[in-house]
Parts: sequence; structure tokens; C-alpha cells
Amino acid sequence: MNLNELVTGASGEKQFLLGNEAAVRGLVEAGVSIAATYPGTPSSEIGNVLSVLAKDANIYFEFSTNEKVAMEVAATAAASGLRSFTFMKHVGMNVAADSFMTTAYSGVTGGMVILSADDPSLFSSQNEQDTRNYARIANVPILEPSNCQEVKDMVKYAFDLSEEFGLPVIVRTTTRVSHMRGVVEFGDVKDNSSKGDDHWKRGHFNKDPSKYVPVPAFAGDMHIRLWDKIHKIEDIANKSEFNSEIKFTDDKAYGLIASSSAYNYAHDIVKFNNLDVNILKLGFSYPFPKDRVVEFLEDLDEVFIVEEVDPIIERDVFAAIGATNLDVIVHGKLDGTFPLYHEFNSDIVGEGMDKVLNFYEGGDVSYSSGLEKLQEDIPSRAPVLCAGCPHRAMYYGINLAIEELGLTPDDVIFASDIGCYTLGINPPYNAADYLLSMGSSVGDGCGFSVSTDQKVASFIGDSTFFHSGVSPLINAVHNKHNFVLTVLDNRITAMTGGQPNPGIPIDGMGDEAPEVSIRKLALACGCDYVRVINPFNLDQVVKTYVEAFKRDDTAVIISKAPCTLIKGLAKKPPVNFVEGNCNGCDKCVKELACPAISKVDGKITIDKAQCDGCNVCIQVCKYGALEAGR
Amino acid sequence: MDNHYCIYICGVGGQGIIKTSTIIGEAAMNQGLDVVMSEIHGMSQRGGSVSTELKIGGYDSSIIPNHAADMLLSFEPVETIRGLDKANSQTKIVYNTHPIVPSSTDKAYPSVDSITKTLKENFRHVLPIDGTRLAIEAGSVLSLNMVLLGAVTADDKFPLTKESVIDAMKNNLKPKFHEMNLKAIESGYRSIKG
Repeated sequence: MNLNELVTGASGEKQFLLGNEAAVRGLVEAGVSIAATYPGTPSSEIGNVLSVLAKDANIYFEFSTNEKVAMEVAATAAASGLRSFTFMKHVGMNVAADSFMTTAYSGVTGGMVILSADDPSLFSSQNEQDTRNYARIANVPILEPSNCQEVKDMVKYAFDLSEEFGLPVIVRTTTRVSHMRGVVEFGDVKDNSSKGDDHWKRGHFNKDPSKYVPVPAFAGDMHIRLWDKIHKIEDIANKSEFNSEIKFTDDKAYGLIASSSAYNYAHDIVKFNNLDVNILKLGFSYPFPKDRVVEFLEDLDEVFIVEEVDPIIERDVFAAIGATNLDVIVHGKLDGTFPLYHEFNSDIVGEGMDKVLNFYEGGDVSYSSGLEKLQEDIPSRAPVLCAGCPHRAMYYGINLAIEELGLTPDDVIFASDIGCYTLGINPPYNAADYLLSMGSSVGDGCGFSVSTDQKVASFIGDSTFFHSGVSPLINAVHNKHNFVLTVLDNRITAMTGGQPNPGIPIDGMGDEAPEVSIRKLALACGCDYVRVINPFNLDQVVKTYVEAFKRDDTAVIISKAPCTLIKGLAKKPPVNFVEGNCNGCDKCVKELACPAISKVDGKITIDKAQCDGCNVCIQVCKYGALEAGR
Repeated sequence: MDNHYCIYICGVGGQGIIKTSTIIGEAAMNQGLDVVMSEIHGMSQRGGSVSTELKIGGYDSSIIPNHAADMLLSFEPVETIRGLDKANSQTKIVYNTHPIVPSSTDKAYPSVDSITKTLKENFRHVLPIDGTRLAIEAGSVLSLNMVLLGAVTADDKFPLTKESVIDAMKNNLKPKFHEMNLKAIESGYRSIKG
């Protein structure tokens, strides 16, 4: 498919779309004018697509420095009467939460939708938090699509709902919904064309401090108005077509309530095992559609609650049963029928239901002992730093500097951060000892430096530094903390697929943009020691770290070299192996651990397709067995 | 219900696995079939194992239950072994015999012959193909995914026609590669059909 179809595709057209692409079509159909994000998997592709299509779709789009800024951009757009959209991964909601909570109080004029993508089973995240909790903390509606068609339809509907009640609305996906592909039928597109000079239309902010300024005198009334809205929206949730019953039987003994991707597994288990169980699918799950749920529960003896991650619907069901004195047994996470963590699949849901319904017939799969041994003996293939990755060179160098200073690994705490460089946790670098969140490496450096006598080395990427590394660096300088902060400036937001950030001269719509200098920022924060190094120059790396570790202030080293995955970079010739010079020390294989270097049949082998010609291995080899390619 | 078909596709990041799966999915849609697919992005792509799951015919879940795949299509020998949880004795196991040795040094890479021998002891339809060689013969090692795409269409139970898969390929890949891709698809198809 050509991505432009997301903008130009006519109503009734069908496309095979990624969930995140379907979200973009939802924006187009809803006539959104402003969109902002900080990239985070599993929501990243929405931004990647928007950065290509925004202009054609009459949308202003930006990669904001962090999710809180993105939330504020969207909130003010909606306060100005425009339809606005912000999207992020689940943990981005934590960053955005401060402004998000107040947006619920002040409300919106134009529709405002927040898509938050949860990551059960932590495919690329540090936790499994459940965004649905945020809908309840802030008291805003939440929709839970199960498939790509619903992603599109619910994003579009969320704008209508938001506008009708003047409240932001959350759309919660999971990895398996955002990264599912399915057939999506397009609907009508709402006109959002611009009459001015820009490609997006402008709104107008009508001043009303009693609505938009939550000083104590006004905020109390805002809270009352919020509950009025939520009570009205509960009626809508009770009648919503997104909360529908899927009937498989006239037997009333067992029922099942499910949402999001968990619904898909439950549906397939019931359908393909011919179970006498009807399903109530909750796509509009907060405000909790209590009347609709009670109507479903009334005739049942037992009900399964199938949801990922927290037992949220389950607790609401218990409350509904308690309030109405129903006699229904609940099987969910709280009684151990289903796990309290990780994503589900049909096997997990099936095994849980089988504990109650006993429908599985034996038939275990068994293999020969030879195959079982082979399964145990295959080498692992975990994600690694790419060949030619500048992070590897820096990690190798800092470990050499630590050795040169006569320090042991225990003498230096490595405070890591969120990005590709977290892969430094793996041997042989062992360069991640502590990690909390985006930007935490800098605050962690502050804490460790006053709490221990150990040296501290903090690592943060360029994009993460802009995201939330600057204010803790000011803290470090002002409070006289002693650690070495490395900004791994690889000129891109690499981990999420290569988005621009304020350090490079391009914005989210591909236009030229002012480049914000990390060096000048560090100097402006008050750091006396700021050095920019080329990580591929091993001598310079070691010398600089030796110098920095000897200081007793906040030293900043900017390790600057582009990510090898950036498109259009000139490829350098691969390294050559000179067999006669090799003394078999294996330092290049074991200590550098570059995926382009391996030992095959006792001989060093360079994978010429992978080798990026970074030439760090040449500096590692003391015997001249590796030489620069020409 | 005859058109149910689940394919588990696995290999190493960068081999064109997601594109291959998307082409099959789009072809299924164009033939009017229900289709859902699952893919994993993000950290798993940095040289790690990659897999997609494709389910044709009336499924809501895009994840194939254990031992329920009709076809296991693997771009790399060891990844075939890693994907076996999805296979049963009837599953067609089609895999490229060219290894990509991981940089991890925890365990030695097993010989491909021993992999084939062990698979044949346990499964009825074990179909190793030298996809990398066929891809190079077709014009570029990068057409490996097209060779394997051709191999899928050769399965008698596969519910899509070779023509609709080729149409979807043309809709998803640049015209300048079409001729090479067609050659690769054809050689993959013939390597199974004989």
C-alpha cells in the first residue's frame, strides 16, 4: 500500500493496515488539525506516518521534547477550538500526567484525544503499567479497541465524544493492537482544510479564566462539572455499540466479559472450542457501563473476566455485583484463573477457562530426545548494539579508562537511561547498573554521588537529554554533585526508529529547524567541564574519561557520532583480517563483541556485509591483524 | 471453514520478514478473505530474532496458539528451531538453510545438516531450501524473502493463488525490483513443487 492512501483513500475503500496506521486514518477522517508526540514503542509508527503525511492531511505535527509538552500542545489546540491529538507509550502518560490531570478539569472546546499504547509483556518497555488506571485517576472516558478497524473507528468516535462533552478522551491500545495488521474499511473524511497561509487551519482562544485557570477559586467548580460530565457519559457507555454482546449460545450458565486484545483471544477460544459462553465485549470501558454489565450478568451463574494487565474491569464487576446483590461467581485475575501480569494469548486464556469448564482433551506434543536437546542447545539471538554503533566504542573506551585509573567495576556505578544504549547492560560492557525512567540517569547521578563513595557514570541519549535530562543537570550543578554524565549524541532518536530531535536541524514535518546545541546547553547549566569526543577515536575516549573521573564536579562528555542506521550516511569500507598477524587473543571477539566479528572454525571472520568500517576493532588489536579496508 | 490457514514466519531482523507477511496479508484481503497479522517492532529489531504471525479465515486473535500453525516459514535454520512451539506433526516446515551466526557466544551454532536430520525425525513435512543461493541467482541476496514467498504459494493447502500474491508484491515493492522478485518467487515456488 502507498501511505498516501491514508489521506486520499475514499469512503468504502479497504486497506490492510497496521493498527498505528489505522489510527492515522482515524485522525484524517476526524479532521484533526494539531498532533504532537514524543516517540515511544508501541505507538511510534503513528508519528513516523504523520511526519510523512501531515502536510497532505492539513495537520500540524511535531515531535515534542517530551510527552508533557505534547500534551500541552494538544490541550491548548483543543482549548482554541481545534481538534487535537497526542499519542505516546504508556509510560509517557507518567510524564504527561501533571498537565493531563488538569486538562480533565478545565476541559476542551475542540475534540482532544490521547492515544496511549500499553506494552504487556514488555517488548520494549521498563514496566507493564495499565493506562486504564489513568482514565480513572483523571476521570476521563477511555476506549479500548481490539483490532485495526476499531482503532480507526474509535479514534474517530473519540473526537465526537470529546467535543460533545468538552472532555479529553483516551484511546488505549496494547502492543498487539498497535502492531496488529488487519483489514480496515475507510469512512468519510471531515473537512479540515486551511483558509490561511499555513497548511493547517487556525482556531481562536476565547478567554475564560473560570474555565481554563485552575486557581483554587475555580478548580473546585471544575471538579463538580467533571463529575456531571462523567455521569452523563456513563449513560452513553451503557448504550454504546462498542459495548456489545457476541452470542454463541442460549445457555445462560457462563458468560465472559473482555476488552482490547484480550477479547480476541477469548473470542477465538469460545468460537473454536464451541463453548456455551456468550461474550460481552467492552470497548467503552470507562465510565464503567454498569447497567449494561448488570443486564449481561443477571442471568449468569458464573462469569469470566478477560483483560490485560490490571484487574480493573474485574473490580468494577465485583462492585456492580455487590451493589445489585447478584449471585454470580467471578473468574478472573483475582481468583487466579488468569495471570496478573504479562500479555495473554489464546493458550493462556484457554488454560484459564479450562480450569472451570474442563474442555481441553489431552494430546501433548512430544518430540524425540534429539530435538529436545537441539532446542536447548541453540545459541541465543538477543538484540545487540549494531556493527559500527558509536555506543559500543564509547563503552569499550570508558571501561579501559576505569582500568587505567586502577578502579574495579564495583568502584563505578553506571546509571543508564532509556534508549539503544541500555543494551550496554550486556557483557562484555556491563554498563548499566541502575535505571528508572526517561532522564533518570542524571538525577540518579545526583543521588548516588551523595549516597556513596563510589564513582558514578551516567549515560543518556541526545533525545532523552532533551526529553528530561536538562533540569536534573541544573540540579547537579547547583547542588555540587560529583559524577560524569555522558550524552550519547547519535544525531537521532534511534531506538524508536529514527525520529528527529531538537539536536538536529530538521523538524517533525521534514522542514528545516534550529539545531539546539547540547554543548551550549551543558555550559549554560553551569558545567565547567564539557567535552565533545569522537567515540571512534579510542585514545581520545580513554584520555577524556580518565580526566573527567579525576574531577569532583559534574563533568559532561558528549560522545558525538551518527547512528549507523541513519539513511544516506556514506558507508565506509569493511575491515580486513590479516591472518598472519593474529595471535589468537580473541580480544576483538570477546571484549569488543561486535556482531560483524566472529570466530568460525578457530579463525577470526569479518562479516563484510555487516561491518560498517568504524575501525574501532583496529585500535583494539595490538598485533595488526585487523586493518582498514580500502 | 476450509480457508483457515495460519503461517508463522520467523528469522532475523533485516531479512524482510514483515514485508513478506504484509504482502501475503494484502493478497488475502484482495481475495476477500478475513486476515489478521501480528508483528513486533522496537528493541527486538536490533539484530534479534523477529517473527510475524498471519492468520487467514475468521480469527479475531492475531497470535497463533501453540502447535496450531499450518506453515512454519523460517528465514534462518536456528530460528526454525526457536519457532517449533507453533508447529505440530502436520505443519509444513519450510526453511532457508543458510545460517546467520549470532554474535552471542553462549552456545555453538549447530550444523544445518543435524538440524534437518532432527526435524525430519519429528515432522512429516520438512522442506529445507537453499533460499540464499536461489536469491543470489535471481539477482540479489535481498530477494530471499521473495524466494520464500514463492515457496509458501507452492503449498497445496495455501488458500491464496500465486497470481494474487504476485499482484500484492507489485503493489508493495518498487517496480525496478519486480523482474528480479518474480524470478525469485518462481524459483522458490519450483523448489517446493519440484
